[in-house]
Amino acid sequence: MTRPLTRRQFLKISAATFGAAAAASELRPIAQAVAADAPAAKGVTATPTFCEMCFWRCGGIAYVRDGRLWKFEGNPLDPQSRGRLCPRGTGAVGSYYDPDRLRKPLIRKGERGKEQWQTASWDEALGFIAERMNKIKQQYGPESVAMFNHGIGVRFIQHVLKSWGAINFAGPSFAQCRGPRDVGFTLTFGTGLGSPEPTDIANTDCLVLIGSHLGENMHNSQVQEFAQAVERRIPIIVVDPRFSVAASKAKYWLPIRPGTDLALILAWCNVLVSEGRYDKAFVDKYGKGFDKFVQEIRQYTPQWAEAETDIKAETIRATALEMANARPAVIVHPGRRVNWYGDDSQRSRAVALLNALLGNWGRKGGLFSQAGIKVAGYPLPPYPQSGRPLADNPNRERYPFADEAVTTGIRDATLTGKPYPIKGWFVYSSNIVQALPNQAETLKAIDALDLLVVIDTVPSEIAGYADVVLPEVTFLERYDELLAGWGRRGWIALRQPVMPAPHDQKPGWWIAKQLAAKLGIPESMPFDDIEQYLRARIEKSGYDWDKLKREGIIMGPKQPTTVEEGLELSFETPSGKVEFYSEQLKARGFDPVPKYKRHSTAPDGYFRLITGRAPVHTFSRTQSNPLLGDAMRENEIWVNGATAKKLGLANGQYVRLKNQDGVVSNRVRVKATQRIRPDTVYMVYGFGHTNPMRKSAYLKGASAAQLTTRYETDPLMGGTSIHSNFVTFVKEA
Amino acid sequence: MLEITTTRHNPLVDPHLAVWSWEIPLYLFVGGIVAGLMILGGVALLRLARGEDPKGYFSLHAPITAFMLLNLGMLALFLDLAHKLYVWAVYLTLQPLAPMSWGSWVLIIVYPLLLVSALIRLPEAWPWLAQRVPLLARWSDALLASSRALRALAWTNIVLGVALGIYTGILLSTMVARPLWNVSILGPLFLVSGLSAGAALLHLMAALMRPQRPAPQGPIAGAIGALIQPLGKEPPAKETANALIRADIGFLAVELLMLGLLLIGLVTSSASHAAAFELLMSGKFAFAFWGVLVALGIVIPLALQGLELAHRIPHTLVPAVLVLIGGYTLRWLMVNAGQMSQIVQAAVR
Amino acid sequence: MARFGMVIDTRKCVGCMDCVVACQTENDVPVGYARDWITTEVRGEFPNLTMEIRSERCNHCDNPPCVYCCPTGASHVEDFGKTVQVNANRCIGCKACVSACPYGARFVHPKGYADKCTFCLHRVKEGKDPACVSVCPTHCMVFGDLDDPASEASRLLRTRKWHTLLPEAGTKPRVFYLT
Repeated sequence: MTRPLTRRQFLKISAATFGAAAAASELRPIAQAVAADAPAAKGVTATPTFCEMCFWRCGGIAYVRDGRLWKFEGNPLDPQSRGRLCPRGTGAVGSYYDPDRLRKPLIRKGERGKEQWQTASWDEALGFIAERMNKIKQQYGPESVAMFNHGIGVRFIQHVLKSWGAINFAGPSFAQCRGPRDVGFTLTFGTGLGSPEPTDIANTDCLVLIGSHLGENMHNSQVQEFAQAVERRIPIIVVDPRFSVAASKAKYWLPIRPGTDLALILAWCNVLVSEGRYDKAFVDKYGKGFDKFVQEIRQYTPQWAEAETDIKAETIRATALEMANARPAVIVHPGRRVNWYGDDSQRSRAVALLNALLGNWGRKGGLFSQAGIKVAGYPLPPYPQSGRPLADNPNRERYPFADEAVTTGIRDATLTGKPYPIKGWFVYSSNIVQALPNQAETLKAIDALDLLVVIDTVPSEIAGYADVVLPEVTFLERYDELLAGWGRRGWIALRQPVMPAPHDQKPGWWIAKQLAAKLGIPESMPFDDIEQYLRARIEKSGYDWDKLKREGIIMGPKQPTTVEEGLELSFETPSGKVEFYSEQLKARGFDPVPKYKRHSTAPDGYFRLITGRAPVHTFSRTQSNPLLGDAMRENEIWVNGATAKKLGLANGQYVRLKNQDGVVSNRVRVKATQRIRPDTVYMVYGFGHTNPMRKSAYLKGASAAQLTTRYETDPLMGGTSIHSNFVTFVKEA
Repeated sequence: MLEITTTRHNPLVDPHLAVWSWEIPLYLFVGGIVAGLMILGGVALLRLARGEDPKGYFSLHAPITAFMLLNLGMLALFLDLAHKLYVWAVYLTLQPLAPMSWGSWVLIIVYPLLLVSALIRLPEAWPWLAQRVPLLARWSDALLASSRALRALAWTNIVLGVALGIYTGILLSTMVARPLWNVSILGPLFLVSGLSAGAALLHLMAALMRPQRPAPQGPIAGAIGALIQPLGKEPPAKETANALIRADIGFLAVELLMLGLLLIGLVTSSASHAAAFELLMSGKFAFAFWGVLVALGIVIPLALQGLELAHRIPHTLVPAVLVLIGGYTLRWLMVNAGQMSQIVQAAVR
Repeated sequence: MARFGMVIDTRKCVGCMDCVVACQTENDVPVGYARDWITTEVRGEFPNLTMEIRSERCNHCDNPPCVYCCPTGASHVEDFGKTVQVNANRCIGCKACVSACPYGARFVHPKGYADKCTFCLHRVKEGKDPACVSVCPTHCMVFGDLDDPASEASRLLRTRKWHTLLPEAGTKPRVFYLT
C-alpha cells in the first residue's frame, strides 16, 4: 500500500531517546546546549582533522578550550581550505552540540512509520540486524541487501557488507547529482571529472557558469578561486534564470529560459565553428568525428537559439567570442548537480564538446589533469564472487553508460522484485526520502523491505521508517579512512577524534567491526582498532604517522597536470581521441551529437520550480545545527516582483506551493524580487522537515523534494531530473 | 528599485528597535509630572516665603505627591535595566556628554530635596508625626519662619524641576540614529507637557480633597489624611483652582505650539526626519497623535477650561483627566514611534 | 598610537556568512544573536540589476554616539587601537547605546549588558586578525591601522573607490567598503 508522506508521519524518537532531558535554551552559547561529560582539562588544544560538513573534505584544525569544543578553523597546510573553511565547516562545532542528535541505538516496535521506538544496546541492535540479514541471505541471497550511502564514513560498513556478499551499493550523488556530467565527459574525453572538479579558476582568463552559483554553492576552494578571478577582473559569463551572487559579479548575465540551456551551448559551439574561433590545432590533433559534428550543429544558429532561450543572438555571439578570446585559458564549468531535465548527460556532453572546441583540456587556466598520491593498502581478505548481476542496471542493459550504481534503479528493483528481490536496505548518512525523486515510490519500496537500517548523526526523514537506527558520532569524534585527495597535487588527510562521544554514539569503523563479528566474518576486520589500520597504511607508504597526527596533511609529489607543465594528453575513449561524434552512442540508438529537444512547459498559472544551495547549509543535514540553523532558519520562494504583484503576493507573506500533481507544500515565505525571471520560481533545497524531533528545523520552510513528484530519467545513465515540476501558489486563508 | 536584505535578527533590535517598552513611557510620564510638581511647588514655596497663602496646599501636597510618584518612576527605571545588579555603576562617575548621567545625579538630589520640601508642612498636616518626632516639628517651624530658607528651597525645586523635566527630552534628541527624536524642541516639549500634567494632577487633587475635622490621628490614617486633605478648615479656595486652570491653559497652548514646531521641524529637516514624520502620521500612531494627544489631550481640555473660566460651563474634573491621558500618550508615542524611526537609505547612490 | 579599521571589498564578498559563524564560535556569541551580519542591496529592474553584498558590524566610529550617551562610561574608546568597547562590569543595561547606534550594531546580551563586535581585540593583541577577517574564503576583508600609511588598509583606501555606511549620521565610521 502506498502511503504518501504526510505531515502526520512524524519521527517520534523523543520518548525513546531523550527522556526527561530538557530542550536546550536557545539563548545559551552553543557549548552548553548538550550536556557532555567532557574532561575539564584547562587550556587550549588544537587537533587537525578534515571536515565532513560536505563532500569537499577540507582540512581543518579543531580547538578545544577547557574541555569544551571551541571552534573549527582551516588547516593552512590543506590544499583545499588553504587555512580557511566555508561557513559549514566553521559551524561544524554546532553539529557536535546539535540538540537533535541521535543518542542511542533504536529498534522499532509497532508499525513502520508509526515511530515507536525502544532504545537498545549496541549488542541488541547489531544482533537484530545480523539475524535479519542472515534470514534474507538464506531466503534470497546476500545480494538482496543493498546500501545507499553518502560520505567517507561508510567505508568499513560497506567493506563488511561486501565481505558478507552484498553487491548493490549506490550513492545519490551519481543519479541525483553529478552522474550525468561525468558520463557526458567520459563519452567525450574518456574520463569523468571527479570531485573536486579540476577547474583551474585561479589561472583562467574567462569563466562560464551554467547554473552553477558559486558563492551560494559553497565549494570552498572553487569559491576562493572565484573570488580571485573576480579580483583579476576576468570576464565571467553566468547563465542562470536567477540573478545569483555569481551573476552579480559577472560581465554577462544571461537570464536564460529554464530548460533551454542545451540550445545555448549548441549555439555557442555553432558560433565557434562557423567563425573559425575554435582551437583548430587541438581538434586536428586529438579530435575524431569533427566533420560529422559540424554537420549536426549547423542548425543551431544564435538566431535560432534566441527564440528558444530568450537570450539575444548578439549576446550569444558576443559571449562565445569572449570565450574564444581567452583560449585556452577558459573554463566552461561542468557544474555539479546537473540532473535537471532528463537529458542531462547529453547536455553535459555538449558542455564537454564546447570545452573541447576551446582546447582547454589539460591546459593552464582550463581543465587540468588531477594528480593523486599513492597510499599502500591494508591486507584485507578478498570479497566473495557473486554470480548475479547488479540489481539497479543488470548487465548495463537498462542504462548502458552508467558507470556507477543508480539509486533509483535499486529502488525500482525493490519495488518490482526484478532482476531479483531486494529485501534489505542500509542507508548511511543519506536522507533518501528527500534525495530520491517522488517520495511516494520510496515509501512504497520501503514497505517491501524485511530490514531497513539507518545510520546517521541526526534523525532524518528516512530514519522514521527504519527498523533499526544506529547513531554515529560526528566527524569530530572519530577516525575515518584516510582521505587520498586529487587536485593540482595529491595529498593525504587524516581524520582523528577531537572530542569524546557525548552519548552512546559510535564511529562507523567500530559499527562495522561489531557487525562483522555478529555476521560471523570477524576476519574481514583483522585489526583491533582503526588507528592500527591507518598507521600501518601510512608507515607502509613511507610516511611518518606521528607527524601526520600533528599536522593532519601529507602532500603528494608534484606531477605535471597541464600541457604547460609537460603533461601528455591521452583519451580513454574507444577511439583514443576526443569524440566529437560518438559511435558508441550511435550504436546504442542514442544521438551521437547532442540534439536539442524542448522540454515540457508550465501549465497556465504555474511556474517552473528550480532549486539551489545556500552557503550555510548542506542538503537537509544541517538545519538543526544550532549555528547554521540560526544563520538561515528557513528557505523562501523567490518570485519575480512583477509576477508577485500580479498574483497579489507581498514580500514576506507566507504561502503554500501546489505542484502539477496536487501536492501541497508547507508554508513558505515569499521573496518578491527583481532577481529572477517572471516565469520561474526558486528555492533553496533541503528545508521543510517533517520530523518534529528536529525541533528547530521542523516545518521551517518548504521541501522542494516533496514537490518533486514528476521526474524524467536519463536513458543513458539513469539520472533523475529535479526541475521537471511546476508549482502554483495557494494563499493562506 | 531598491531591495535590501539583512541576515541580522537580534532580539529587541530587529526588525526594528524595541529595547524600551512600558517602563520608559511610564517613567517619562511620571518624571514629567514630578518636574511639573516641583516647579509649581517651588512657585508655591516662593509665595509662602512672601507670606502669602499660608494654608495653600501646594506647598505640602506638591512635594509629597512628587515624592511618591518619583519612587514609582525610579522603580520603573530600575525595572527597565537589563543589568540591574550593576546599577550602582552609574554613581561612580559623571559623564558630561551623557544626559542620562546628569539625569541620574539630578534624581539622586531631587529625592532628598522633595523629602525636605514635604517635611516643611508635614507635621502640621500629620499631627501624629509631630508628636512622635518633635525634632521634626521644631525644624519645620524654623524653616517656615525663615523666608530666606524658603526661597532657597523654592528655587532649588524650580531649577532641579526644570532639569528633571527637560533632560529626558534632551537625552532622546541627541540620538541621530532615531530621527523622530532628533529635534531640539523635544526637551522643552517634554518640560511643558510635564508642567501641564503636573498642574492637571494638582487640579485633580484639589477638586477631590475634602476637609475632615477633626484631623485623623494615628500613623496610617494620619499619613493618608495628610496626603489627601487640605491643610486648614476649608477646601482649597476657588482662586487656587482658577489659578491652576489659567496656568494649565497657558501650558497647553505652549505645548500645542511646540507640537506644531515639532512637526514642522521634522518635515523640513532631512529625508530621514521627513520619513519619521510620515511614520508618526501613519496607522496607530496617527490615531494616537491626532485623536488622543492633540484632540483629547490638548485642544478639548484647552477649550473646556477656557469655557469654565468664562463660566459658560460648570467646572469639572474632565479637563484634568484628559490632560493626564494626553501626557502619557505623548510619551508612549515618542518611545514607540521613535524606536521604529531610523535613518533612511538613499535609493540612488 | 594605532587606529584600527577594516576595509572590505564588496566585489569579492559572496555573502556566505562565514564571518558571522566564525565570530559566533570565536567569541561565544549566544545562539540567536550576531555581532556581524550580511546586507545585500539590489538596484534596478529585471534584467538590469546590480547587487552590493556587505559584511557589516560595529563600525568603531571616530565620533561614536554610543560612547557619548553612556551614563557609566562602560561604553568607551579603548586606548589600544582606538576601538569602541564595552566594559560589562560597568554596564547597567540602560540600552541608550543600543538606541543611539544608527547601524543597529549593538544588542542586549542575555546576561544583561550591551554587546557588539570588539574587533576581536584578544586576537589582535596576539598579532592575529579578527576572526571574521581570518576566516573569509574570498579574502575580501583587510584589518589594519588606518593611521599607518603603509598598512594594506590605508593603501586600499588610497587606490580604490570606497564608501562608508550612513556618512550623513556624522559618526565617522572606520569600516570601509570598496566598490
